[in-house]
Amino acid sequence: MEKRVTFKGWMLPLLLVAPQVVISAVFFFYPAGQAIWQSLFIPDPFGLSMEYVGLGNFEYLFGNRYYLASFVTTALFSTLVTLTSMIPALFLAVMADRLIKGAGTYRTLLIWPYAVAPAVAGVLWLFMFNTRVGVVAWYLGRLGYDWNHVLNETEAMGLVVVASSWGRISYNFLFFFAALQAVPKSVIEAAAIDGAHFWRRFFTIVLPLISPTTFFLLVVNVVYAFFETFGVIHTITSGGPQQATTILVYKVYADGFVGQDLGSSAAQSVVLLVVVGLLTVLQFRFVERRVHY
Amino acid sequence: MATVELRNIKKRFGKTEVIHGVSTEIDDGEFIVIVGPSGCGKSTLLRMVAGLESVSDGEIRIDGSRVNEREPMERDIAMVFQNYALYPHMTVRQNMGYGLKIAGTPKRQIAAKVDEAAALLQLSDYLDRRPKALSGGQRQRVAMGRAIVREPKVFLFDEPLSNLDAKLRVQMRLEIKELQERIGVTSLYVTHDQVEAMTMADRMIVMNAGRAEQIGKPLDVYERPATLFAAQFIGSPSMNVLDGRIEAGEMRLGSAALGPAPAGLPDGPVKLGLRPEHALPDPDSPLRLRVRLSEPLGANTLLHGQLDQAEAPFTACLAGVHRTNGSGEIIPLRVAPEAIHLFSPETGDRLN
Amino acid sequence: MTATHDIGPGPAQPSGRRAAEPPPGMVERRGASLWLTHALLILGVLVVFFPIWLAFVASTVTQPEIARPPMPLWPGDRFFENYREALLSGVNVPVATMLLNSLVMAIGIAVGKIVISLLSAFAIVYFRFPGRTFFFWTIFLTLMLPVEVRIVPTYEVVAGFGMLNSYSGLIFPLIASATATFLFRQFFLTIPDELAEAARVDGAKPMRFFWDIVLPMSRTNIAALFVILFIYGWNQYLWPLLITTDPSMNTIVMGIKQMFPSGDDIAEWPVIMATSILAMIPPVIVVVSMQKLFIRGLVDSEK
Repeated sequence: MEKRVTFKGWMLPLLLVAPQVVISAVFFFYPAGQAIWQSLFIPDPFGLSMEYVGLGNFEYLFGNRYYLASFVTTALFSTLVTLTSMIPALFLAVMADRLIKGAGTYRTLLIWPYAVAPAVAGVLWLFMFNTRVGVVAWYLGRLGYDWNHVLNETEAMGLVVVASSWGRISYNFLFFFAALQAVPKSVIEAAAIDGAHFWRRFFTIVLPLISPTTFFLLVVNVVYAFFETFGVIHTITSGGPQQATTILVYKVYADGFVGQDLGSSAAQSVVLLVVVGLLTVLQFRFVERRVHY
Repeated sequence: MATVELRNIKKRFGKTEVIHGVSTEIDDGEFIVIVGPSGCGKSTLLRMVAGLESVSDGEIRIDGSRVNEREPMERDIAMVFQNYALYPHMTVRQNMGYGLKIAGTPKRQIAAKVDEAAALLQLSDYLDRRPKALSGGQRQRVAMGRAIVREPKVFLFDEPLSNLDAKLRVQMRLEIKELQERIGVTSLYVTHDQVEAMTMADRMIVMNAGRAEQIGKPLDVYERPATLFAAQFIGSPSMNVLDGRIEAGEMRLGSAALGPAPAGLPDGPVKLGLRPEHALPDPDSPLRLRVRLSEPLGANTLLHGQLDQAEAPFTACLAGVHRTNGSGEIIPLRVAPEAIHLFSPETGDRLN
Repeated sequence: MTATHDIGPGPAQPSGRRAAEPPPGMVERRGASLWLTHALLILGVLVVFFPIWLAFVASTVTQPEIARPPMPLWPGDRFFENYREALLSGVNVPVATMLLNSLVMAIGIAVGKIVISLLSAFAIVYFRFPGRTFFFWTIFLTLMLPVEVRIVPTYEVVAGFGMLNSYSGLIFPLIASATATFLFRQFFLTIPDELAEAARVDGAKPMRFFWDIVLPMSRTNIAALFVILFIYGWNQYLWPLLITTDPSMNTIVMGIKQMFPSGDDIAEWPVIMATSILAMIPPVIVVVSMQKLFIRGLVDSEK
């Protein structure tokens, strides 16, 4: 799309784009270029010189047990987060959509947790499941279940998944609720006249009609699980135990800042870059679908 | 007040020429309507006068001085847009005064001018409203008010009535014409509606495919259309055009003789232009209309069908109520020889 | 594609179906079923709220009450003491300082991003200038990379500028993304051409047009974006964690983690929980009080 009317001159527009272009260049393109460049080198142990290794860092990465494990962890984690945040949200949205009055109130109440930072959510859930003082951990103990996410890998994964999904329920609820509200009432009534009961109507009519929203949320939640859950993991498990909750983004941080392994960290950044690219393409294809919908 | 001169105006977008050289001189206070079908270049022509499009070739002069290179505001023009282009976040008062405000006019003076224009347009009660809270006709008036307060040399109207419903269009048509006569500003008015062109114009420019087919007073264009296009575009329902010929000084359609041809025309094929309203029932006429459909409008009746002598469809417009027996009826019609327009089959130019 | 209509799958559409509804018919719920629906929703709300409630309770009791599980489930009487302690002394640094840092960062990011995006989107939409397409794609590319992906080199750049432990270091790297530019571009494209032409006929120069017409017309978009960006900025964790080594520059969201003791010492839970609650309040207030704008911003910014 283009404007028919344009203003003349080129000094002014260049001045106008300058701030964004300069900031992007300095804080975006240069670092991104650096990441790609550094991924081709290994610094010597004293950090004095760099040795060119070509794709060596990548070969090393994909031969590395821990890195491959991190891929699996990330896949598992993002699948679980997506499901855990979408299913309850859809359920609540369906319930709220059945109401004539009061749906808005529930929306206002459920919107809250979205505003809570993932890192803060991590602290809240850590507090509930803390092995020493956590209320939930304590009650589980009374029931005969010995909760210890510090040692148990499954429990650790479960906890970061729940803590990451919690705030997302609000987000998904908002989108599902709006989508449900936009389903034409006449369609539902027609189905009712055809004799379909509520859940039958839901699965055969409503769910297909809101599928664009569902696809959209799938992609968005995967992106969230990949890139925005660092705070949760850092506050609750720091990637442990035994790297059981080390997702890719956490590993970039751990190797680059804690481990000071610049070459490997840079190579990981490049791999993530490719992942982001793929997700973006997915998102754009989805956007296109939506336009036609 | 000003004259406007177009000298061989051309417009190219890239390599495509869309306006092929239009020239005319517009007198001070004259109301010129540029009329034509969509895509004929009429809006582009107007926008070139406004300074919103560059002029590829030729010269535009306002009050004798060349304005090709001037910015819109330096040309001292005002423009009324098709969708009004009111600033949605400003009140009527702010909308009307915006141009003056930019020009640095003192506030008090702006207020006075806006009040005056508002009174003229019956907008005084709406000055503090936003465009959203106005009806279509009122928005139209605000757009005109915005033009008036600047007291420009030239008014430019770009299809200003096409967003209004039919009834309002008739009313606003009168209002615009009245207003223009009252303040007497030279005006250029673009429309695709030949009724607007006929009723409002002092002179009209009939445009087609980037050319001015005819420039003249509405009735002159109606009575003596210079080209087939102008003939068919002006007048409603539009002129019937039939393939005929001139033979031994007589106009003929098939076997029927239509009367003597104007002197000096050689024998050969011609295009015959017959206006529907010039067809009169006449039992003795050889022209026989086989009616397919009749549209009774009350004041007159439109009969659609085909003449025995021609392949092309034919429409007749008979005065008053005319009850037909329905489809298939045959009505003999006569057209006076002096009411027949003759056009060259090759060029479409008028022959008589 | 217009700025508001085709963008989001849901909330952009009017939700007026309920308002214009006929009296309850066969597909409406009544009686027991209605109560069940309410009951399930209330249960949902309670479950979602429980962590926040627990944090609040913990922020109003004493350390020993928490250290001896199970902790109470009803607020105690130490509200003022705990919050005063958190705000004025904290653990490493007064929480008031961290709140201020967060506020500066969140507002800085929101305002900075909005300003540079408005300007560049205006240039790209309303001018034809050399390199326009190049700049367009340059900006477009930045859409694709979250800061998490390029942390190490970005850190080096910021360190090189000596911007560690500074507000500019906190803010600048996070405004180098193009979401807002695209949003404004989309919106500007929906502004009718005639408005710009009318402004030209009225004699407005480009910046005058920007200031008098474009900016006021973008008010709602700007406000919606501000809400979203404020929360985005406020909730940042990784970046402040990397570049603020000086506790007095910590933001509250990342500062909470710093309050946990290393080793086996017991954390000061009441103060930590009071800090958590304080960290939530500003974004929650923004979201709840500006719900409409927030939802709109959410929908818009998801492209």
